[in-house]
Amino acid sequence: MSKNSLRGVFVNGIFNENPVFRLVLGTCPVIAVTTSAINGAGMGLAATFVLIGSNVVISLLRNFIPGKVRIPAFIVVICTFVTMIQLLMHAYLPSLYEALGIFLPLIVVNCIILARAEAFASKNGVVASAMDGIGMGIGFTLAMVLMGSVRELLGNGTIFGVSLLGASFEPVLLFVLAPGGFLAYGLLLGIINAIGNKRKANRSNEEVKAA
Amino acid sequence: MNLRVSTGPHLLTRENTQTLMLDVLIALAPTTAAGVYLFGLRAAWVLCVAVVAAVLSEYIWQKLMKKTVTVTDLSALVTGLIVGLNMPAGVALWIPALGSAIAIILVKQLFGGIGHNFMNPAMFARAFLLASWPARMTSFLLPERLLGASEAAHGVDMVSGATPLVTNARNIPMSDLLLGNIPGTIGEVCKVAILIGLVYLLVVKVVSWHVPVFFVGTVALMSWLVGSDPLVAILSGGVLFGAVFMATDYVTNPMQKIGQCIFGLGCGAMVVIIRSWGNYPEGVTYAILFMNCLTPLIDRFSGRRVYGMVKKHV
Repeated sequence: MSKNSLRGVFVNGIFNENPVFRLVLGTCPVIAVTTSAINGAGMGLAATFVLIGSNVVISLLRNFIPGKVRIPAFIVVICTFVTMIQLLMHAYLPSLYEALGIFLPLIVVNCIILARAEAFASKNGVVASAMDGIGMGIGFTLAMVLMGSVRELLGNGTIFGVSLLGASFEPVLLFVLAPGGFLAYGLLLGIINAIGNKRKANRSNEEVKAA
Repeated sequence: MNLRVSTGPHLLTRENTQTLMLDVLIALAPTTAAGVYLFGLRAAWVLCVAVVAAVLSEYIWQKLMKKTVTVTDLSALVTGLIVGLNMPAGVALWIPALGSAIAIILVKQLFGGIGHNFMNPAMFARAFLLASWPARMTSFLLPERLLGASEAAHGVDMVSGATPLVTNARNIPMSDLLLGNIPGTIGEVCKVAILIGLVYLLVVKVVSWHVPVFFVGTVALMSWLVGSDPLVAILSGGVLFGAVFMATDYVTNPMQKIGQCIFGLGCGAMVVIIRSWGNYPEGVTYAILFMNCLTPLIDRFSGRRVYGMVKKHV
Protein backbone atom coordinates (compact mmCIF):
# COMPACT_ATOMS: atom_id res chain seq x y z
CA MET A 1 0.00 0.00 0.00
CA SER A 2 1.33 3.44 -0.88
CA LYS A 3 2.17 6.01 1.75
CA ASN A 4 -0.61 8.27 0.57
CA SER A 5 -3.36 5.71 1.04
CA LEU A 6 -1.92 4.71 4.44
CA ARG A 7 -2.39 8.29 5.53
CA GLY A 8 -5.88 8.15 4.08
CA VAL A 9 -6.67 5.07 6.16
CA PHE A 10 -5.36 6.82 9.27
CA VAL A 11 -7.26 10.10 8.74
CA ASN A 12 -10.40 8.25 7.70
CA GLY A 13 -10.97 6.90 11.20
CA ILE A 14 -10.64 10.32 12.79
CA PHE A 15 -12.96 12.37 10.58
CA ASN A 16 -14.85 10.88 7.64
CA GLU A 17 -15.61 7.61 9.36
CA ASN A 18 -15.36 8.64 12.97
CA PRO A 19 -16.77 5.58 14.74
CA VAL A 20 -18.82 7.59 17.21
CA PHE A 21 -20.11 10.58 15.25
CA ARG A 22 -20.12 9.16 11.71
CA LEU A 23 -20.61 5.41 11.95
CA VAL A 24 -22.56 5.65 15.24
CA LEU A 25 -20.94 2.45 16.50
CA GLY A 26 -20.15 1.49 20.08
CA THR A 27 -22.51 4.07 21.51
CA CYS A 28 -23.06 2.17 24.75
CA PRO A 29 -19.76 3.24 26.37
CA VAL A 30 -20.08 6.64 24.68
CA ILE A 31 -23.19 7.36 26.72
CA ALA A 32 -22.34 5.34 29.82
CA VAL A 33 -18.80 6.27 30.83
CA THR A 34 -18.35 9.83 29.55
CA THR A 35 -19.38 11.45 32.81
CA SER A 36 -15.98 13.13 32.88
CA ALA A 37 -13.26 13.89 30.36
CA ILE A 38 -10.76 11.63 32.13
CA ASN A 39 -13.15 8.67 32.05
CA GLY A 40 -13.77 9.28 28.36
CA ALA A 41 -10.04 9.46 27.66
CA GLY A 42 -9.36 6.31 29.68
CA MET A 43 -12.06 4.35 27.92
CA GLY A 44 -10.94 5.68 24.54
CA LEU A 45 -7.30 4.73 25.09
CA ALA A 46 -8.22 1.27 26.39
CA ALA A 47 -10.34 0.65 23.30
CA THR A 48 -7.55 2.01 21.07
CA PHE A 49 -5.09 -0.45 22.59
CA VAL A 50 -7.47 -3.34 21.94
CA LEU A 51 -8.28 -2.06 18.46
CA ILE A 52 -4.64 -1.85 17.37
CA GLY A 53 -3.74 -5.20 18.93
CA SER A 54 -6.68 -7.10 17.50
CA ASN A 55 -6.35 -5.47 14.07
CA VAL A 56 -2.68 -6.45 13.83
CA VAL A 57 -3.16 -10.03 15.05
CA ILE A 58 -6.27 -10.65 12.95
CA SER A 59 -4.54 -9.24 9.90
CA LEU A 60 -1.60 -11.62 10.52
CA LEU A 61 -3.94 -14.58 10.91
CA ARG A 62 -6.30 -13.63 8.10
CA ASN A 63 -5.09 -16.41 5.80
CA PHE A 64 -5.30 -19.10 8.47
CA ILE A 65 -8.76 -18.45 9.94
CA PRO A 66 -11.45 -20.45 8.10
CA GLY A 67 -14.32 -18.23 6.96
CA LYS A 68 -16.98 -20.16 8.84
CA VAL A 69 -15.46 -19.71 12.28
CA ARG A 70 -13.97 -16.26 11.76
CA ILE A 71 -16.27 -14.42 14.19
CA PRO A 72 -15.47 -16.68 17.19
CA ALA A 73 -11.80 -16.52 16.22
CA PHE A 74 -11.92 -12.69 16.12
CA ILE A 75 -13.65 -12.61 19.48
CA VAL A 76 -10.96 -14.82 21.04
CA VAL A 77 -8.26 -12.47 19.77
CA ILE A 78 -10.17 -9.40 21.01
CA CYS A 79 -10.76 -11.06 24.40
CA THR A 80 -7.04 -11.61 24.80
CA PHE A 81 -6.31 -7.92 24.44
CA VAL A 82 -9.25 -6.86 26.59
CA THR A 83 -8.05 -9.16 29.38
CA MET A 84 -4.58 -7.66 29.10
CA ILE A 85 -5.75 -4.05 29.31
CA GLN A 86 -8.15 -4.95 32.12
CA LEU A 87 -5.40 -6.51 34.25
CA LEU A 88 -3.01 -3.64 33.45
CA MET A 89 -5.54 -1.02 34.44
CA HIS A 90 -6.53 -2.88 37.57
CA ALA A 91 -2.87 -2.92 38.60
CA TYR A 92 -1.76 0.58 37.64
CA LEU A 93 -4.88 2.75 37.36
CA PRO A 94 -7.22 1.34 40.02
CA SER A 95 -9.41 4.46 40.27
CA LEU A 96 -10.01 4.61 36.51
CA TYR A 97 -10.61 0.85 36.57
CA GLU A 98 -13.31 1.38 39.17
CA ALA A 99 -14.86 4.28 37.25
CA LEU A 100 -15.11 2.34 33.99
CA GLY A 101 -16.56 -0.69 35.77
CA ILE A 102 -18.36 -3.20 33.58
CA PHE A 103 -17.68 -1.20 30.42
CA LEU A 104 -14.02 -2.21 30.39
CA PRO A 105 -14.67 -5.97 29.93
CA LEU A 106 -17.54 -5.03 27.62
CA ILE A 107 -14.97 -3.71 25.10
CA VAL A 108 -15.06 -7.33 23.88
CA VAL A 109 -18.49 -6.80 22.39
CA ASN A 110 -17.84 -3.23 21.25
CA CYS A 111 -19.08 -3.08 17.65
CA ILE A 112 -16.25 -0.79 16.54
CA ILE A 113 -13.61 -3.41 17.22
CA LEU A 114 -15.45 -6.33 15.64
CA ALA A 115 -16.50 -4.13 12.72
CA ARG A 116 -12.90 -3.13 11.98
CA ALA A 117 -11.75 -6.74 12.28
CA GLU A 118 -14.45 -7.91 9.90
CA ALA A 119 -14.43 -5.00 7.47
CA PHE A 120 -10.76 -4.09 7.41
CA ALA A 121 -8.19 -6.24 9.20
CA SER A 122 -9.38 -9.53 7.73
CA LYS A 123 -8.90 -8.15 4.22
CA ASN A 124 -5.82 -5.94 4.47
CA GLY A 125 -2.13 -6.15 5.29
CA VAL A 126 -0.58 -5.73 8.72
CA VAL A 127 0.68 -2.15 8.31
CA ALA A 128 -2.59 -0.88 6.88
CA SER A 129 -4.55 -2.69 9.59
CA ALA A 130 -2.37 -1.14 12.29
CA MET A 131 -2.90 2.30 10.74
CA ASP A 132 -6.65 1.67 10.62
CA GLY A 133 -6.58 0.63 14.28
CA ILE A 134 -4.65 3.74 15.28
CA GLY A 135 -6.89 6.05 13.24
CA MET A 136 -10.13 4.52 14.45
CA GLY A 137 -8.79 4.41 18.01
CA ILE A 138 -7.82 8.09 17.95
CA GLY A 139 -11.17 8.95 16.41
CA PHE A 140 -12.97 7.05 19.16
CA THR A 141 -10.79 8.58 21.87
CA LEU A 142 -11.29 12.13 20.58
CA ALA A 143 -15.04 11.61 20.45
CA MET A 144 -15.05 10.19 23.98
CA VAL A 145 -12.98 13.12 25.28
CA LEU A 146 -15.29 15.59 23.52
CA MET A 147 -18.37 13.95 25.05
CA GLY A 148 -16.70 13.73 28.45
CA SER A 149 -15.55 17.36 28.32
CA VAL A 150 -18.98 18.71 27.37
CA ARG A 151 -20.71 16.68 30.06
CA GLU A 152 -18.10 17.42 32.73
CA LEU A 153 -18.11 21.13 31.89
CA LEU A 154 -21.89 21.45 32.09
CA GLY A 155 -22.45 18.94 34.84
CA ASN A 156 -19.54 19.80 37.09
CA GLY A 157 -18.06 23.06 35.82
CA THR A 158 -14.68 21.44 35.10
CA ILE A 159 -12.72 19.75 32.31
CA PHE A 160 -10.15 17.14 33.37
CA GLY A 161 -10.78 18.34 36.90
CA VAL A 162 -9.78 21.95 36.13
CA SER A 163 -12.44 24.41 37.18
CA LEU A 164 -13.39 26.61 34.24
CA LEU A 165 -16.71 28.25 34.97
CA GLY A 166 -15.99 29.79 38.36
CA ALA A 167 -17.66 29.34 41.70
CA SER A 168 -20.93 31.09 40.85
CA PHE A 169 -21.78 28.48 38.20
CA GLU A 170 -24.35 26.01 39.43
CA PRO A 171 -23.64 22.69 37.68
CA VAL A 172 -26.39 21.24 35.49
CA LEU A 173 -26.44 17.94 37.34
CA LEU A 174 -28.48 16.27 34.61
CA PHE A 175 -25.47 16.19 32.29
CA VAL A 176 -23.52 13.80 34.48
CA LEU A 177 -26.59 11.59 34.87
CA ALA A 178 -27.67 9.03 32.27
CA PRO A 179 -30.25 11.26 30.49
CA GLY A 180 -27.54 13.88 30.06
CA GLY A 181 -25.48 11.32 28.15
CA PHE A 182 -28.25 10.84 25.61
CA LEU A 183 -28.88 14.57 25.46
CA ALA A 184 -25.22 15.51 24.95
CA TYR A 185 -24.73 12.76 22.37
CA GLY A 186 -27.80 13.78 20.39
CA LEU A 187 -26.84 17.45 20.42
CA LEU A 188 -23.19 16.81 19.43
CA LEU A 189 -24.31 14.42 16.68
CA GLY A 190 -26.71 17.07 15.39
CA ILE A 191 -24.10 19.84 15.43
CA ILE A 192 -21.50 17.68 13.69
CA ASN A 193 -23.99 16.60 11.03
CA ALA A 194 -25.04 20.20 10.48
CA ILE A 195 -21.39 21.25 9.97
CA GLY A 196 -20.84 18.28 7.64
CA ASN A 197 -23.91 19.12 5.58
CA LYS A 198 -22.88 22.73 5.30
CA ARG A 199 -19.39 21.79 4.10
CA LYS A 200 -20.88 19.37 1.59
CA ALA A 201 -23.23 22.05 0.29
CA ASN A 202 -20.36 24.54 0.00
CA ARG A 203 -18.25 22.01 -1.88
CA SER A 204 -20.97 21.20 -4.38
CA ASN A 205 -21.58 24.92 -4.85
CA GLU A 206 -17.89 25.40 -5.65
CA GLU A 207 -18.00 22.52 -8.08
CA VAL A 208 -20.96 24.05 -9.83
CA LYS A 209 -19.11 27.36 -10.05
CA ALA A 210 -15.93 25.67 -11.33
CA ALA A 211 -17.91 23.85 -13.98
CA MET B 1 -71.40 29.49 -12.11
CA ASN B 2 -68.60 29.76 -9.62
CA LEU B 3 -67.82 26.37 -8.17
CA ARG B 4 -65.07 26.03 -5.64
CA VAL B 5 -63.09 22.85 -6.10
CA SER B 6 -61.03 21.60 -3.18
CA THR B 7 -59.80 18.34 -1.71
CA GLY B 8 -61.24 16.92 1.50
CA PRO B 9 -61.76 17.33 4.38
CA HIS B 10 -64.45 19.88 3.59
CA LEU B 11 -65.23 20.75 7.15
CA LEU B 12 -64.90 24.46 7.77
CA THR B 13 -64.25 25.75 11.24
CA ARG B 14 -62.92 28.88 12.83
CA GLU B 15 -60.83 26.71 15.08
CA ASN B 16 -57.07 26.95 14.58
CA THR B 17 -53.99 26.68 16.76
CA GLN B 18 -54.41 30.24 17.95
CA THR B 19 -58.03 29.94 19.09
CA LEU B 20 -57.22 26.58 20.68
CA MET B 21 -54.32 28.05 22.63
CA LEU B 22 -56.49 30.99 23.61
CA ASP B 23 -58.98 28.53 25.11
CA VAL B 24 -56.18 26.85 27.05
CA LEU B 25 -55.03 30.26 28.29
CA ILE B 26 -58.57 31.08 29.45
CA ALA B 27 -58.70 27.73 31.24
CA LEU B 28 -55.35 28.46 32.89
CA ALA B 29 -56.47 31.91 34.04
CA PRO B 30 -58.15 30.81 37.31
CA THR B 31 -55.12 28.70 38.26
CA THR B 32 -52.76 31.56 37.45
CA ALA B 33 -54.84 34.04 39.42
CA ALA B 34 -55.09 31.68 42.38
CA GLY B 35 -51.32 31.08 42.31
CA VAL B 36 -50.55 34.79 42.32
CA TYR B 37 -53.14 35.42 45.04
CA LEU B 38 -51.79 32.63 47.25
CA PHE B 39 -48.06 33.15 46.79
CA GLY B 40 -48.00 36.88 46.19
CA LEU B 41 -46.13 39.03 43.70
CA ARG B 42 -43.14 36.68 43.69
CA ALA B 43 -45.23 34.10 41.83
CA ALA B 44 -46.26 36.70 39.26
CA TRP B 45 -42.58 37.42 38.58
CA VAL B 46 -41.81 33.74 38.08
CA LEU B 47 -44.71 33.38 35.63
CA CYS B 48 -43.72 36.55 33.73
CA VAL B 49 -40.12 35.43 33.33
CA ALA B 50 -41.20 31.97 32.15
CA VAL B 51 -43.64 33.32 29.58
CA VAL B 52 -41.29 35.99 28.22
CA ALA B 53 -38.42 33.50 28.02
CA ALA B 54 -40.56 30.97 26.14
CA VAL B 55 -41.82 33.46 23.57
CA LEU B 56 -38.37 35.02 23.13
CA SER B 57 -36.70 31.61 22.70
CA GLU B 58 -39.18 30.63 20.00
CA TYR B 59 -38.80 33.98 18.23
CA ILE B 60 -34.99 34.03 18.36
CA TRP B 61 -34.62 30.38 17.36
CA GLN B 62 -36.95 30.71 14.38
CA LYS B 63 -35.21 33.93 13.30
CA LEU B 64 -31.77 32.31 13.60
CA MET B 65 -32.85 29.19 11.72
CA LYS B 66 -34.56 31.35 9.09
CA LYS B 67 -37.94 29.72 9.69
CA THR B 68 -41.37 31.26 9.72
CA VAL B 69 -41.88 32.88 13.10
CA THR B 70 -44.93 31.28 14.71
CA VAL B 71 -45.07 33.03 18.08
CA THR B 72 -48.48 34.48 17.23
CA ASP B 73 -50.09 31.03 17.48
CA LEU B 74 -49.72 31.49 21.27
CA SER B 75 -48.39 27.96 21.79
CA ALA B 76 -45.07 29.22 23.16
CA LEU B 77 -46.98 31.46 25.54
CA VAL B 78 -48.97 28.49 26.85
CA THR B 79 -45.80 26.39 27.23
CA GLY B 80 -44.10 29.23 29.10
CA LEU B 81 -47.04 29.73 31.41
CA ILE B 82 -47.19 26.01 32.23
CA VAL B 83 -43.44 25.95 32.87
CA GLY B 84 -43.92 28.86 35.27
CA LEU B 85 -46.88 27.25 37.01
CA ASN B 86 -44.68 24.19 37.63
CA MET B 87 -42.18 26.21 39.67
CA PRO B 88 -42.09 26.79 43.40
CA ALA B 89 -42.94 30.45 43.96
CA GLY B 90 -39.63 31.33 45.61
CA VAL B 91 -37.38 29.90 42.92
CA ALA B 92 -34.45 31.94 41.57
CA LEU B 93 -35.67 33.69 38.43
CA TRP B 94 -33.06 32.19 36.10
CA ILE B 95 -34.59 28.76 36.66
CA PRO B 96 -37.94 29.46 34.93
CA ALA B 97 -36.11 31.34 32.18
CA LEU B 98 -33.83 28.39 31.50
CA GLY B 99 -36.75 25.98 31.81
CA SER B 100 -38.74 27.79 29.15
CA ALA B 101 -35.75 27.96 26.82
CA ILE B 102 -35.19 24.20 27.23
CA ALA B 103 -38.86 23.44 26.65
CA ILE B 104 -39.06 25.53 23.49
CA ILE B 105 -35.67 24.92 21.88
CA LEU B 106 -34.64 21.45 23.04
CA VAL B 107 -38.01 19.72 23.03
CA LYS B 108 -40.16 21.65 20.59
CA GLN B 109 -38.00 23.31 17.95
CA LEU B 110 -35.22 20.72 17.63
CA PHE B 111 -37.82 18.08 16.83
CA GLY B 112 -39.44 20.25 14.18
CA GLY B 113 -41.63 22.80 15.94
CA ILE B 114 -45.24 22.67 16.98
CA GLY B 115 -46.89 19.28 16.57
CA HIS B 116 -43.64 17.38 16.23
CA ASN B 117 -42.42 17.11 19.81
CA PHE B 118 -42.71 13.60 21.22
CA MET B 119 -42.77 14.82 24.81
CA ASN B 120 -44.63 17.54 26.57
CA PRO B 121 -42.11 20.44 26.49
CA ALA B 122 -43.07 21.90 29.86
CA MET B 123 -42.92 18.49 31.53
CA PHE B 124 -39.49 17.78 30.09
CA ALA B 125 -38.27 21.18 31.27
CA ARG B 126 -39.52 20.42 34.77
CA ALA B 127 -37.84 17.00 34.78
CA PHE B 128 -34.61 18.59 33.51
CA LEU B 129 -34.62 21.26 36.22
CA LEU B 130 -35.66 18.81 38.92
CA ALA B 131 -32.77 16.47 38.10
CA SER B 132 -30.26 19.31 37.79
CA TRP B 133 -31.15 21.52 40.74
CA PRO B 134 -33.21 19.33 43.06
CA ALA B 135 -32.84 21.63 46.06
CA ARG B 136 -34.00 24.75 44.19
CA MET B 137 -36.92 22.96 42.59
CA THR B 138 -38.24 21.43 45.80
CA SER B 139 -37.95 24.27 48.30
CA PHE B 140 -41.63 25.12 48.30
CA LEU B 141 -43.02 28.15 49.99
CA LEU B 142 -46.02 28.19 52.23
CA PRO B 143 -48.65 30.41 50.66
CA GLU B 144 -48.61 33.90 52.14
CA ARG B 145 -52.17 33.37 53.29
CA LEU B 146 -51.06 30.44 55.40
CA LEU B 147 -48.70 32.53 57.47
CA GLY B 148 -50.01 32.78 60.96
CA ALA B 149 -50.17 36.01 62.91
CA SER B 150 -46.95 35.18 64.77
CA GLU B 151 -44.80 34.94 61.64
CA ALA B 152 -46.37 38.03 60.17
CA ALA B 153 -45.60 39.93 63.35
CA HIS B 154 -41.96 38.95 63.10
CA GLY B 155 -41.77 40.34 59.60
CA VAL B 156 -41.27 37.00 57.89
CA ASP B 157 -41.96 37.32 54.17
CA MET B 158 -42.23 33.69 53.31
CA VAL B 159 -41.71 30.40 55.02
CA SER B 160 -40.63 27.31 53.20
CA GLY B 161 -42.24 23.96 53.84
CA ALA B 162 -42.54 20.48 52.45
CA THR B 163 -45.50 19.47 50.30
CA PRO B 164 -48.26 17.46 51.94
CA LEU B 165 -46.85 14.44 50.13
CA VAL B 166 -43.79 14.58 52.37
CA THR B 167 -45.44 15.65 55.59
CA ASN B 168 -48.52 13.90 56.82
CA ALA B 169 -51.38 15.26 54.76
CA ARG B 170 -54.06 13.75 56.95
CA ASN B 171 -53.69 16.62 59.38
CA ILE B 172 -54.48 19.26 56.77
CA PRO B 173 -58.15 20.26 56.55
CA MET B 174 -59.85 19.35 53.29
CA SER B 175 -60.73 23.00 52.60
CA ASP B 176 -57.02 23.91 52.60
CA LEU B 177 -56.24 21.09 50.16
CA LEU B 178 -59.02 22.26 47.86
CA LEU B 179 -58.36 25.99 48.00
CA GLY B 180 -54.60 25.68 47.83
CA ASN B 181 -53.60 26.69 51.31
CA ILE B 182 -50.70 24.23 51.14
CA PRO B 183 -47.08 24.40 49.97
CA GLY B 184 -46.44 23.36 46.39
CA THR B 185 -45.76 24.73 42.93
CA ILE B 186 -47.59 27.86 41.84
CA GLY B 187 -50.10 26.06 39.66
CA GLU B 188 -50.77 22.81 41.43
CA VAL B 189 -52.02 23.96 44.83
CA CYS B 190 -55.46 25.45 44.13
CA LYS B 191 -57.60 22.48 43.08
CA VAL B 192 -60.80 24.53 42.74
CA ALA B 193 -59.21 26.78 40.13
CA ILE B 194 -57.91 23.77 38.21
CA LEU B 195 -61.36 22.21 38.19
CA ILE B 196 -62.89 25.46 36.88
CA GLY B 197 -60.33 25.32 34.08
CA LEU B 198 -61.22 21.69 33.36
CA VAL B 199 -64.92 22.48 33.17
CA TYR B 200 -64.19 25.28 30.69
CA LEU B 201 -62.00 23.01 28.55
CA LEU B 202 -64.70 20.33 28.53
CA VAL B 203 -67.48 22.81 27.69
CA VAL B 204 -65.64 24.32 24.73
CA LYS B 205 -64.57 20.78 23.78
CA VAL B 206 -60.86 21.52 23.72
CA VAL B 207 -60.15 18.35 25.68
CA SER B 208 -62.21 15.22 26.11
CA TRP B 209 -62.85 13.74 29.55
CA HIS B 210 -61.01 10.48 28.87
CA VAL B 211 -57.46 11.33 29.90
CA PRO B 212 -58.20 13.39 33.05
CA VAL B 213 -60.87 10.99 34.34
CA PHE B 214 -58.84 7.85 33.77
CA PHE B 215 -55.69 9.54 35.15
CA VAL B 216 -57.30 10.76 38.37
CA GLY B 217 -59.48 7.67 38.71
CA THR B 218 -56.50 5.34 38.50
CA VAL B 219 -54.58 7.39 41.05
CA ALA B 220 -57.55 7.20 43.43
CA LEU B 221 -58.09 3.49 42.94
CA MET B 222 -54.45 2.51 43.21
CA SER B 223 -53.80 4.78 46.20
CA TRP B 224 -56.71 3.11 47.92
CA LEU B 225 -55.27 -0.31 47.06
CA VAL B 226 -51.86 0.56 48.52
CA GLY B 227 -53.57 1.80 51.65
CA SER B 228 -53.55 5.59 51.48
CA ASP B 229 -56.48 7.98 51.44
CA PRO B 230 -57.52 8.32 47.76
CA LEU B 231 -58.89 11.85 48.17
CA VAL B 232 -55.72 13.10 49.84
CA ALA B 233 -53.64 11.37 47.16
CA ILE B 234 -55.46 13.32 44.46
CA LEU B 235 -55.54 16.66 46.22
CA SER B 236 -52.11 16.87 47.81
CA GLY B 237 -49.75 16.89 44.82
CA GLY B 238 -49.71 17.78 41.17
CA VAL B 239 -52.09 15.07 39.99
CA LEU B 240 -54.99 17.35 39.09
CA PHE B 241 -52.84 20.00 37.43
CA GLY B 242 -50.97 17.34 35.47
CA ALA B 243 -54.11 15.47 34.49
CA VAL B 244 -55.96 18.56 33.28
CA PHE B 245 -53.28 20.68 31.65
CA MET B 246 -50.31 18.48 30.82
CA ALA B 247 -51.53 14.97 30.15
CA THR B 248 -54.14 16.35 27.73
CA ASP B 249 -51.60 17.94 25.39
CA TYR B 250 -52.78 17.02 21.86
CA VAL B 251 -49.37 16.38 20.38
CA THR B 252 -48.20 13.85 22.94
CA ASN B 253 -51.56 12.09 23.38
CA PRO B 254 -52.91 8.99 21.65
CA MET B 255 -55.41 9.83 18.91
CA GLN B 256 -58.13 7.26 19.62
CA LYS B 257 -60.43 7.51 22.62
CA ILE B 258 -59.50 3.99 23.73
CA GLY B 259 -55.83 4.98 23.46
CA GLN B 260 -56.46 8.05 25.59
CA CYS B 261 -58.06 5.86 28.24
CA ILE B 262 -54.99 3.61 28.28
CA PHE B 263 -52.80 6.73 28.39
CA GLY B 264 -54.65 8.09 31.42
CA LEU B 265 -54.59 4.72 33.11
CA GLY B 266 -50.83 4.41 32.58
CA CYS B 267 -50.17 7.92 33.92
CA GLY B 268 -52.21 7.25 37.05
CA ALA B 269 -50.56 3.90 37.67
CA MET B 270 -47.06 5.37 37.23
CA VAL B 271 -47.82 8.20 39.66
CA VAL B 272 -48.84 5.80 42.42
CA ILE B 273 -45.94 3.45 41.68
CA ILE B 274 -43.41 6.30 41.88
CA ARG B 275 -45.03 7.75 45.00
CA SER B 276 -45.19 4.40 46.79
CA TRP B 277 -41.98 2.69 45.77
CA GLY B 278 -39.84 5.31 44.02
CA ASN B 279 -37.25 7.68 45.39
CA TYR B 280 -39.32 10.78 44.78
CA PRO B 281 -42.31 11.95 46.81
CA GLU B 282 -44.09 13.06 43.62
CA GLY B 283 -44.17 11.32 40.26
CA VAL B 284 -46.61 13.21 38.03
CA THR B 285 -43.86 14.66 35.82
CA TYR B 286 -42.15 11.36 35.19
CA ALA B 287 -45.45 9.51 34.78
CA ILE B 288 -46.59 11.85 32.01
CA LEU B 289 -43.19 11.81 30.28
CA PHE B 290 -43.13 8.02 30.46
CA MET B 291 -46.57 7.72 28.87
CA ASN B 292 -45.63 10.37 26.27
CA CYS B 293 -42.91 8.00 25.10
CA LEU B 294 -45.44 5.15 24.86
CA THR B 295 -47.97 7.20 22.89
CA PRO B 296 -46.85 6.02 19.40
CA LEU B 297 -47.06 2.44 20.64
CA ILE B 298 -50.55 2.96 22.09
CA ASP B 299 -51.64 4.58 18.83
CA ARG B 300 -50.37 1.58 16.93
CA PHE B 301 -52.30 -0.91 18.99
CA SER B 302 -55.49 1.04 19.57
CA GLY B 303 -56.71 0.13 16.13
CA ARG B 304 -56.86 3.14 13.88
CA ARG B 305 -59.66 2.44 11.44
CA VAL B 306 -59.25 4.18 8.12
CA TYR B 307 -62.37 6.02 6.98
CA GLY B 308 -64.48 3.80 4.75
CA MET B 309 -62.82 0.60 5.83
CA VAL B 310 -65.14 -2.17 7.00
CA LYS B 311 -64.32 -4.14 10.11
CA LYS B 312 -63.07 -7.60 9.34
CA HIS B 313 -65.51 -10.39 10.07
CA VAL B 314 -63.79 -13.26 11.75
